[in-house]
Amino acid sequence: MSRRGDWVYENNGGTCVAIAGADYCVVAADTRLSVGYSILTRDHSKICDLADKCVLASSGFQGDIKALHKNLAARELLYQHQHNKRMSCPAMAQLLSNTLYYKRFFPYYAFNVLGGLDSEGKGCVFTYDAVGSYERTGYSAQGTGSTLIMPVLDNQLKSPSPLLLPARDAVTPLSESEAIDLVKDVFASATERDIYTGDKLEIVVINKAGTKREYIELRKD
Amino acid sequence: MFRNQYDTDVTTWSPQGRLFQVEYAMEAVKQGSACVGLCSRTHAVLAAVNKPASELSSYQRKVFRVAEHAGVALAGLTADGRVLSRFLRNECINHSFVYEAPLPISRLALKLADKAQVCTQRSWKRPYGVGLLVAGLDESGAHLYYNCPSGNYFEYQAFAIGSRSQAAKTFLERRFQGYKDYTPEQLIKDALSAIKETLQGEKLSSSNCTVAIVGRKDDGTIEPFEMIGAARIQELIDSMEVAEEAPAEASSMQEEERGSEDAAAPMDI
Repeated sequence: MSRRGDWVYENNGGTCVAIAGADYCVVAADTRLSVGYSILTRDHSKICDLADKCVLASSGFQGDIKALHKNLAARELLYQHQHNKRMSCPAMAQLLSNTLYYKRFFPYYAFNVLGGLDSEGKGCVFTYDAVGSYERTGYSAQGTGSTLIMPVLDNQLKSPSPLLLPARDAVTPLSESEAIDLVKDVFASATERDIYTGDKLEIVVINKAGTKREYIELRKD
Repeated sequence: MFRNQYDTDVTTWSPQGRLFQVEYAMEAVKQGSACVGLCSRTHAVLAAVNKPASELSSYQRKVFRVAEHAGVALAGLTADGRVLSRFLRNECINHSFVYEAPLPISRLALKLADKAQVCTQRSWKRPYGVGLLVAGLDESGAHLYYNCPSGNYFEYQAFAIGSRSQAAKTFLERRFQGYKDYTPEQLIKDALSAIKETLQGEKLSSSNCTVAIVGRKDDGTIEPFEMIGAARIQELIDSMEVAEEAPAEASSMQEEERGSEDAAAPMDI
């Protein structure tokens, strides 16, 4: 199957993961930017701080991702001016969905994971497809390594099905440090087999105290 | 101001070459409650008098944040001012989106002035009835501009607009020469003193004024545009009053030494 002459997208690879806890949220992404079989840079952040309790990690086509992040950041500033407070994570989740669907017939090639704290201070993770279909979950992985990571998270976090009644809490009972260790482990595994994932891991932890960033080395091959 | 046959719409010139509707719009600014703006090389301060419409109501917001690096204080038809603030906010956001850099204050004032000018040259519009003090920080330092309904704008070291602003202007005229090198705290105190001049007898307190500051600290970090909290304002007002009483007693001794200088300067701590 040959490439169309009008193919305007490019997959720059990478993987994003987020895990929601009782009072924290961990959002992580690798920092490798690739095209084809080459590496463009080992040090590119896929994570954007949209509001003080809301962080977006996206993988896919970097051109679209940059534009999407800029768009959302500008809308958040406008919201701040109008409402005199920062956007909450659920509000940003809806905005992101609408923004993505707005381009339903020329989509943003971006696979997004939004993580943060909701208005009650509980961790929340929202996972998206390229055209804005979204769901609040307890954890998610998107990007080239997502197929390697998601089964491990399913096994380790054993989130109850969203179809159960009465609705069960999806957030993991794990502690913050256990969740961070899990994230480091799954990325180490994904890096082994996914050529597009590696170099460095950027981990952002959001909790009551604020936002903390950590960088871990990953395999560079 | 007298009424005449050339003042019915903004698109009619008078034989003396004046547009009376525009001048009447400037009158509306003079009727609004006072605002004051000052700037140094690195900081800009805006202050406004909070005047509630009645005992039962709250006061109108007169100081608005427009971007992280800029804000406005307005006098006149505050509804017009609100709409213009929204316009300025949009312009700042659009500029940072496209250029990844903050909109320079001179450009901000220019955009506002061009918008105001449009309303002076359309038969179906009326001039905005609000004067704005635009203050902010950009690469070339802190700036203060005054935009009037006519579409004119000027840069100032310090200015006051609104009712009884002449008293504040007189106060600022005596002191503005030194403002370039003032510290932020000195600027805030002078802004409060200027506001006090416009109150003419009424006691200045943190409940009847709003003060906002933006600037760049000595170490290069930006202090974003923010209103100063009521507690801090009251602290500054109290320290100003204490300082005023002390020199007043000592002024009889100090006048021979100080010569022509102002004896009751509240800044000397």
